[in-house]
Amino acid sequence: MTDAAPVAARALVKRYGKLVAVDNVDLTVERGDVFGYLGPNGAGKTTSLRMLLGLIRPTSGESRLFGCDPLADGAKALRGVAGFVEGPRFYPYLSGRRNLRLLADLDGDGAKSRIEEVLELVELRDRADDKVGGYSHGMRQRLGIASSLLRAPRLLLLDEPTTGLDPAGMRDMRALVKRLAAEGITILLSSHLLAEVEELCNRVAIIRSGRIVYEGTLVDLKATAASSYRLRTTDPERARAVCVAQNGIGDVVVEESDLRFTSDEETVATLSLALGQAGIGITALVPETASLEELFLGLTEGEEPRALAEEAAA
Amino acid sequence: MAAVAGIYKWELLKLRAQKRTYLGLGAAMVVPIIFVTALAVKGNGGPNDIPLGRYIRETGLATPFVVLFFMSIWAFPLITALVAGDIVSSESHNGTLKTILTRSRERGQIFVGKVLAAVTYTVAAVVAMAVVGTIAGTIEWGFKPLISLSGTHVSASHGLGLLAASVGVYVLPLIGIAAFGLLLSTVTQNSAASVVGTLMFALLMQLLDVVPGTESIRPYLLSVQFSAWHGFLRVPADWAPVVRAIWVCALYAFVPLAAAYLVFLRRDVTGE
Repeated sequence: MTDAAPVAARALVKRYGKLVAVDNVDLTVERGDVFGYLGPNGAGKTTSLRMLLGLIRPTSGESRLFGCDPLADGAKALRGVAGFVEGPRFYPYLSGRRNLRLLADLDGDGAKSRIEEVLELVELRDRADDKVGGYSHGMRQRLGIASSLLRAPRLLLLDEPTTGLDPAGMRDMRALVKRLAAEGITILLSSHLLAEVEELCNRVAIIRSGRIVYEGTLVDLKATAASSYRLRTTDPERARAVCVAQNGIGDVVVEESDLRFTSDEETVATLSLALGQAGIGITALVPETASLEELFLGLTEGEEPRALAEEAAA
Repeated sequence: MAAVAGIYKWELLKLRAQKRTYLGLGAAMVVPIIFVTALAVKGNGGPNDIPLGRYIRETGLATPFVVLFFMSIWAFPLITALVAGDIVSSESHNGTLKTILTRSRERGQIFVGKVLAAVTYTVAAVVAMAVVGTIAGTIEWGFKPLISLSGTHVSASHGLGLLAASVGVYVLPLIGIAAFGLLLSTVTQNSAASVVGTLMFALLMQLLDVVPGTESIRPYLLSVQFSAWHGFLRVPADWAPVVRAIWVCALYAFVPLAAAYLVFLRRDVTGE
């Protein structure tokens, strides 16, 4: 196995008739990433994950897992890869342990020897001999993680693993994800919850209506937001003239006795000197960056998706 | 090969854990018991119009042959359809197709495992009927020589061998029906539709067998092959219907299975 990226999707498109579920999606997940795939429900996250796992055929484009194409290489492409899409499903008429035995048989590679260990890890050992039909949603979710870990994966694909869990269940699931990431497993986790992704992930891709509108770190996402500043001076009239004259300052508006404009840190430093030289006293100069939540909602709810991905890359 | 064997084993274990399996196998075992009981209560007469029917009270060995005939009309097609029509669509219904297709086995291997399991179940149902029928008949009428369709006497032990051979060809058209059920199951992803559709297919074959104007195609209808075993009960044995049953049923099995295989390989696994 080469050092190909765990996930490399290029120009993935999935069309259902006229509906474009996934539109030209590029995704790269590097080794060791906990990658958040973030977007509102119905944005195309699950469809993308299905294409990555070879469950559905892309209309065009290609996906690679550690350099292997699940369409061309079949199950071999899933070596070292595990996970689930849209909630793990099991045979309701078999017990949890028998479901795992069945899947371990389909895995080979010593998966069978890990059954007790993974049941212990997700705390399902007490209920392992009960039929899955009687399991709660949270238990199935945990069994889903257990069944994935049977494969001793290097890449774990988790589709909304905390959806439908109660707060304690969510906390436990997130703790488990952190723990697995700490063990060195690369994780691709889809979610519609920004807070979850913020807590767990080092990199994110934000999808909206089938298109990636941002890919990078959340820190960079914050930085891409044109920072806005609030300025209060002893002489608003002249201060405004100075601001307008300054290169790198835009959208200057007067709000009562304050000025508001967009700029970056360096320009703002220059501006403060310019104001001083002009004999204008600064009483307040405050950065007012948008919160991550606002950025996320702006990306996923606005009229037209903004091409932030390019901006971030630049 | 080992991979397919593992899948096959689990397909059988899954069948063992589902009620519909017992429904089919149970029916296959209950029918000969009811048949023998009814005749025993009646005390005389029998199904004189059908092969071996007039000898039903001569030996218990005639019972499974006579029941084979009765159950070919709809009982065995239904029992076959019950599992074959469900074995792929139940995975869709349970949402487990994605579960097993994201492990280390190829789609083709999974499909082959399912085909083998469906066929095994069908064979098991016919064998179960034959065994129970023989035992029930023997209890009532004894284990005595059989009278062949040519009118000659056949020793009881030889008759048992003929029964085994007959079951062997009798399952061939059922495998054809199972193949059709698997195709419906794969394409429709709906168990009820597949089971009903498969039964309709089997009944349509019988309809074609009796409507006027179909004489030229009759020897190649699936339902006709249910009588191929008569060849074994003639002296000397008539191999022509047996050989025809083998290749006709092979065609009926191959075409839908090949289609289902291709669909299964390329299918988009969506839904829950």
